[in-house]
Amino acid sequence: MQRYLPVADPKIDLRAEIKLANRRLLRILVLVSIGMFGFGFALWPLYTIFCEATGFGGRGVQEVAAEDLKQYQNQREITIRFDATVNSGLNWKFKPVQTSKTVKLGEISQTSYTAANLADQAVIGHAVFNVAPPEASLYFVKTECFCFTEQLLEEGERKEMPVTFYISPDLPDDIGNITLSYTFFENVPATLALNEKLATDKFNDLNTNTLTTNDT
Amino acid sequence: MPTTTHEDHHDHKPQGFLNRWVFSTNHKDIGTLYLVFALLMFFIGGSMAMIIRAELFMPGMQLVQPEFFNQMTTVHALVMVFGAVMPAFVGFANWMIPLMIGAPDMALPRMNNWSFWILPFAFSMLVSTLFMDGGAPAGGWTLYPPLVLQTGSSFIFAMFAIHMLGISSIMGAINVIATILNMRAPGMTLLRMPLFVWTWLITAFLLIAVMPVLAGAVTMLITDRFFLTSFFNAAGGGDPVLFQHIFWFFGHPEVYIMILPAFGIISEIIPTFARKPLFGYTSMVYASASIAFLSFIVWAHHMFTVGMPLGGEIYFMLATMMISIPTGVKVFNWISTMWRGSMTFETPMLFALGFVVLFTIGGFSGLMLAIVPADFQYHDTYFVVAHFHYVLVTGSVFALMAGTYYWLPKWTGHMYNERLGKWHFWLSVVFVNLLFFPQHYLGLAGMPRRIPDYSPQFADFNMLSSIGGFAFGLTQFMFVYIVWKCVRGGETATSRVWEGARGLEWTVASPAPFHTFETPPDIDDSMVAHGDHL
Repeated sequence: MQRYLPVADPKIDLRAEIKLANRRLLRILVLVSIGMFGFGFALWPLYTIFCEATGFGGRGVQEVAAEDLKQYQNQREITIRFDATVNSGLNWKFKPVQTSKTVKLGEISQTSYTAANLADQAVIGHAVFNVAPPEASLYFVKTECFCFTEQLLEEGERKEMPVTFYISPDLPDDIGNITLSYTFFENVPATLALNEKLATDKFNDLNTNTLTTNDT
Repeated sequence: MPTTTHEDHHDHKPQGFLNRWVFSTNHKDIGTLYLVFALLMFFIGGSMAMIIRAELFMPGMQLVQPEFFNQMTTVHALVMVFGAVMPAFVGFANWMIPLMIGAPDMALPRMNNWSFWILPFAFSMLVSTLFMDGGAPAGGWTLYPPLVLQTGSSFIFAMFAIHMLGISSIMGAINVIATILNMRAPGMTLLRMPLFVWTWLITAFLLIAVMPVLAGAVTMLITDRFFLTSFFNAAGGGDPVLFQHIFWFFGHPEVYIMILPAFGIISEIIPTFARKPLFGYTSMVYASASIAFLSFIVWAHHMFTVGMPLGGEIYFMLATMMISIPTGVKVFNWISTMWRGSMTFETPMLFALGFVVLFTIGGFSGLMLAIVPADFQYHDTYFVVAHFHYVLVTGSVFALMAGTYYWLPKWTGHMYNERLGKWHFWLSVVFVNLLFFPQHYLGLAGMPRRIPDYSPQFADFNMLSSIGGFAFGLTQFMFVYIVWKCVRGGETATSRVWEGARGLEWTVASPAPFHTFETPPDIDDSMVAHGDHL
């Protein structure tokens, strides 16, 4: 039977050795934890890059060169459906002008959406797009879109907002139709700042007017 | 450097309650604190489950408001996961790991004290959110941003509580790793360690890898709520689905954090009562490590319905199904260990056998959930609830019960009441199945989870489930009674306690003296739990 005896070397202080090793391991493992905390945050840019590159989540981004668009007359036709949603936090009415459109691959076409502000103040909204099926987002090119910028609607204002797009001829053959969907959200901080600014402007205007009256 | 040692006068406990418990750096006392705390949390979380089952006893709204019902499901889960199951396993680790590897204490005893004493504060804060304006978080323990960000003033308290729990778990994990890697007695090589020690080593690495990721997600939720960032806010260019990815990157390893130490406990108990060494020790070690590795690459099976590309769904489906291979290795090894063994059926063995059978049912329903086309029907239904309660209650909790009965004589120096222990097992196993088995049918019939009311066609199964729930809850008071009686007295336990028990923890007296292995033990093969395989 094999037996294991503790090392009995008086020159080595085993307790101090172990203590040192424990400290070293503690340092390494704390660093690993901090690193993993950072990794949690790193997932945000990684996820964005991953989605844009693969079309995951219907948010793919692709630059298509102009030569891809030649001779689109020979390309097949597909149907694009337009969808609109308003987030419950935003008091707007928002819908597509046409619900579907048949286009040829590579053909530049235009459609538009209308939005109306039902709130009793100016509101800044931001539209987020999504394409289904998700992989189609890699071939859905928007050359002009109201979703690229923030939209300001004054109280009671109604606005028509165009989208110019084309579908890259590289679209895989198994995709027969595509849905383009927008969801409008309120940009809360921007709206608050805007209305505060409007209020102070009004207040300053009033003050200036009063001063002018006093002078005369 | 002058060192003061206490080897000549053993069993020198610190005097006074504060010194003994609050300032404790002794692994056994801290282990006891963890276990008592976990038991308390088990009953707090359990009482919330009773409220849930009471409301679901009949269709219609009877007892509570829907908002409060949602708070109950959320806080029940948080308390059970972070307050009951995880601290209980840390308690076992504290008590048993130094005893099993021949170490005098945990590697970092002061940090050990700190990691325990964070918990009562964190949980006071978490439970206090129930009494705040707007109530506790009610969006589910998964903290999905569009829901959890609507929480009232209690939001920040709940988030900080989760941060504190994370810090406590990370410190506990660092301590376990340092103890196992640096404090083993000479001769206790890695592949001679008891399997409980192995599974805890792997679990500790999982904890260090994923608890900080949860902390990152929670921090992002906090900044989204208070500092106008838009990590998960679609209006500002963020994506709530990203939160799900981050959460489940943490969440899937987390479920293995709750089951791997259970595998370890079962792997100690079955050889003892089968009176045979564990079958396939090395394959058990590698299977545990494979399960841990796979847990990092399967997270999106919790979110098949978010609108993933087909390729993603197929990958996550196959990767998930792959986990059943190492898990199957474990189950078959347990069965092979029992094959032609001289089995006896004391309470720890009964719970261990209950674990093997019922955990496997939970594993199979997990396999069903992994099938993408089927998952679209099962997603967010009671089928999921049944699945994870089979793996967590009849899995983790049964293993905790088994481990408690197994080592209780070592901890207290007394035998528990075997007759009552058997009653506890049989009542538990009958009622837990009455509680959770009908929920499979409810889920398949389409009853969604996390709802306070339901269509009348679900009434019968819900009533059965609730009856099982109340009875299972009541049965657990037996456990408290049995443990209490055993602490107070009973038949004196021998050092070895069980005839077939192997391992260093059985070479010290019962109850284990306050200080053990102050000088490293002289290990021979007959003392090592798995020594005979090498």
